[in-house]
This record gives sequence, C-alpha cells and structure tokens, in this order.
Amino acid sequence: MPKMSRYFMDALSRRGVFLAALAAILIVFLIGLFVIQRGLPALVEIGVLDFLFGTVWRPGINEFGIFPMVIGSLYVTLGALVLSAPLGIACAIFLAEVAPYRIRGVVRGAIELLVGIPSVVYGLVGMVVVVPLIREIGGNGFSVLAAVVVLTVMVLPTVVSISEDSLRAVPVSYKQGALALGATQWQTIWHVALPAAKSGITAALILGMGRAIGETMAMIMVIGNSIIIPVSPLDPARTLTGNIAVEIMYAAGTHESALFATGIVLFVMIMAINSLAFVARRRK
Amino acid sequence: MKLSPKATQRLAWGIIWAAGIVAMLSLLVIVGYILMRGLGEVDPEFLLTPPRGGLSGEGGISTAIVSTAYIIVLTIAIATPLGLGAAIYLAEYAADSWLTSIIRYGIETLAGVPSIIFGLFGFALFVTVLHFNFSILSGALTLACLVLPVFIRTSEEALKAVPRSYREAGLALGATRWQTIAQVVIPAALPGIITATILCIGRAVGETACLYVTMGSSAAMPTSFLSSGRTLSLHLFYLAMETRALDKAMATAVVLIAIILAINWATNWLSQRFRARMTGG
Repeated sequence: MPKMSRYFMDALSRRGVFLAALAAILIVFLIGLFVIQRGLPALVEIGVLDFLFGTVWRPGINEFGIFPMVIGSLYVTLGALVLSAPLGIACAIFLAEVAPYRIRGVVRGAIELLVGIPSVVYGLVGMVVVVPLIREIGGNGFSVLAAVVVLTVMVLPTVVSISEDSLRAVPVSYKQGALALGATQWQTIWHVALPAAKSGITAALILGMGRAIGETMAMIMVIGNSIIIPVSPLDPARTLTGNIAVEIMYAAGTHESALFATGIVLFVMIMAINSLAFVARRRK
Repeated sequence: MKLSPKATQRLAWGIIWAAGIVAMLSLLVIVGYILMRGLGEVDPEFLLTPPRGGLSGEGGISTAIVSTAYIIVLTIAIATPLGLGAAIYLAEYAADSWLTSIIRYGIETLAGVPSIIFGLFGFALFVTVLHFNFSILSGALTLACLVLPVFIRTSEEALKAVPRSYREAGLALGATRWQTIAQVVIPAALPGIITATILCIGRAVGETACLYVTMGSSAAMPTSFLSSGRTLSLHLFYLAMETRALDKAMATAVVLIAIILAINWATNWLSQRFRARMTGG
C-alpha cells in the first residue's frame, strides 16, 4: 500500500470523526423510528385513549389497556421521589457543608459504589431482605412499597451527587455574608445556600425520577407484577417497563405491537420528565 | 414553642448526620448481606463449572463468565471506535453551530433513554430485522448503543483536559491537525480514555434489561457471537426469578460486586494519575 499523504489523512480523518458524531443522532433517530413504527399499529387498532385508560390487559382475549401499569409506574416513581428527596438533600448537605473531611471521603466512596451496583443485585437484596420485612406488615411482601424502598436506594446517588454539586456551586461570599450578619451555620444553609441551589436540586430530583421510571429488572423482582391498579402500598403492581420485559419474548402480532406502544408511552413520560429538568436548570 | 437558633441547628445537624449514616448503612447492608450469604458458595468449582440447572440451580457460573467476557469484548470493540471518533469531533473540530448542538442534544437524549427501550430497539432491529436472532451479537450491538453516550462524554472531557499548549506545540512543528491529535493529544488523554472504556465495561457487566430481551437465555457455553447466552447479571436474574436458587444467586452477586469493586478502584486510580499528569505532576 502506498503511503498516503499526511494532508490526505488529515482530510480523511476529519470526515471520519464527523461521521462518528453523526452516528449518535442516527441511533436516536433509529430508536424512535423502530419503536414508533412497531408500536403504531396497536395504537391505531386499539385507539390511543382505550390503550392509555383501558384497565384490562389480557392479550389472550385481545384486551390491551395499560392504565394499571401507568399507575404502577407513577406510584413507585413518586414514592421513590418522596423518600429520596429529603434523604438525598440531607445527604448532599452533609457532604457539602457538614461532614469532616475524612468522613466525607468515605461516604462519597460509598455513594459512588451504589451507582455501580447492578440493578439485579438491588432486586435480589430487595427480594430477600425488603420483601420479607414488608410481609410482616401485611400482604405477601411483593409490593409497591418494596419497589419504592429499592428504588429510593437506587436513585439516591443521582440525587445526592447533583444536589451536592449545586450546593458547592453557591458562591462562598453568599455564605460569608449570612454568617457575618450573625446567622448560625444552619440558618445560612437553610435561608441562603439551599435557596441559591434550588434549581440544581430540582434538576437532581427530576433526573432521579427519570432514572426511577425507567428501572426494569429490580422492579420485576420485587413488585409482584400483578396487573391490578394498586391502592395500598402493600398491593402488588406492575410497571410499564416490567410489562415490556416480562411479555416481549413470547408476544406476537397486536400483542407485540402493544408492547412497543407501551415503550412509546414510557418514552413520552421520560421525555416530559427530562424536559422539566432542562427547564429547571435553565431558570438559574 | 419556638426553638432557639442554636437548638434548631443541633436538631438539623442530627438529621443531616442521620441521612449520611443511612446512605452508608444502605451500602453496608447490601454488600454485607450478599457477602454473608454468598461468599461461602464462591470457590474455584463454582467459578469453573457450568450451571447444571435443576431446582436448586446446581453447578457453577463458568458459562455466564464466558458470555460476559464475549459481551464486554464485542461491546467495547463496537462502541469505542465510534465513541472516540465522536469525542474527537466534539472536542477538536466541532464549531459552535446548530449541527453541533443537535449532536450534543442527541447524545443527551441517548443518555436518558432507559435500558428497556434500547432493548425494544435491539429486539426490533438486530433480533428480527437483521436476523441476528437472540444472540450475543444482538446483545452487544444493543449494549454498544447504550454505553455510547457514557463513553463520548467521558473521553471528550479527557481530550478537553489536555492543555492547549500541547496542540500549539504540535502544530508549530508543522504537524497536521490529525497528526497532532493522533500523536500528541490522544496519548496525553489516554488514561482518561481508558477510564471511559472501563466505565463502559462496568455498565456492560451491570446492565440487564436491554440484554434480557436481545440475548435469549441459553445457559450453555457460547460457541460464537451468534450463540445465545447469559451474562452474570442475567444469570443472577434467572437464578432468583426462575429457579429460585437464592444462594446461588447470592454467590453470583458476590462475583458481580467483586468485579464492580475492581472497576471502581481502577477508574479512581487512573483518574488520579491523569489529573496528576495534566497538572504537571
């Protein structure tokens, strides 16, 4: 092979890396295309409203209503938000303002590890530790509550690390100003640092929600997967993600298409959540 | 009754410390419980024999280890050239234009798509349209799409951390832009790029949902990239949910956590070295 001129190489690689960057958009486009193309027939056949608000999901008799799963997903996501918000924000304050240097390192290391633990491991611990505990309270343990507890721990790292970053981004002069006026350290945090970091903390919570609603395997393992509209936190339920994963392997025809349509609904919910986060960040 | 500012602070400190302790405890409970129940099962025989199935999930995890290795190698082979190209474009060439912001927006979006949607996509494109069936190849292609944004972000940051003076020196010596990138910038950013690769390996090891619907569930030893297979995480899921062999699942979890710990340690070590190098240490 003759040696290519280095100028030719320069021009060639510039185009090469550009194409690689375009691949990222192409993948997004293809994901949208395939999921919509496969899901649309079911939406047309069933009707969007019947699909979204139908309460019966029985592929055997061609009934495809995902309302119980929509409620299941919202239930666990909001539950995880309610638990992880106070815990995560308090933890972020701990790391950003309160903890001594050495302890901060240890806790931050622990949180980094929590990010890396595979979701099936969370599911497994949920099955053998959380579920039996909940069985003591009532029901058979596989429940919305179990899912909420597992999800809370899973989204905690997201909430803590982004909230901590935004607390650290508050200019020191703000805090010095408050302290100089005679405020206690806590008054400074509560009245100055937290309001200043509000948009970042909101974004952290919303991103955590996005993570929670997309979680699949851990949910399948602890939530019981029954297709009912959960009323009490001790009831079992099924999430949108679980619905897809549990049934896609043996689905065909309208059933398969309805599962892709479930994916569309999930995707729309996540895009809505993510754009909320975008708006929250912008408001800074 | 209104608390004095000092008393309020003491109360708040108590709550904040409690939150920090709860975070620590949840990790300790997860890891401790798994080690307690699973560590005893992990021995060379467990690691080196194939699963024999059965009601208590007899046998080991050798085939799952091999499938995981296949998945890692193939995913990295697909994702890194593409991701590095994109990162180089964004760090070195991209002008501040609408096209660049679309590319960035695309990468952001990709990072927010949940694993199961990647799974649906992989199922539709790789498993059915391209007829790779339920295979390691389908799984790895799907997983490569999933880890791509992680790799691009991390390696772009590594490239951007290389001081401008390095590039100026290369160009001043008469090198072309590409020669400068390939022979100066990339070697300088290499620890960061390796970190990005290791992070992707971590994701590949832990990811389940997108593989669950693209890889099939064969517990046999994979013979090629077109074999079905299960990674360690998938195997754990099947052990827990189908065979209900919880002790074997715990032992598999021990192996997974050991891998995650090793990955965590390696990325920390590398990024410390990288930072030292970039600040002239």
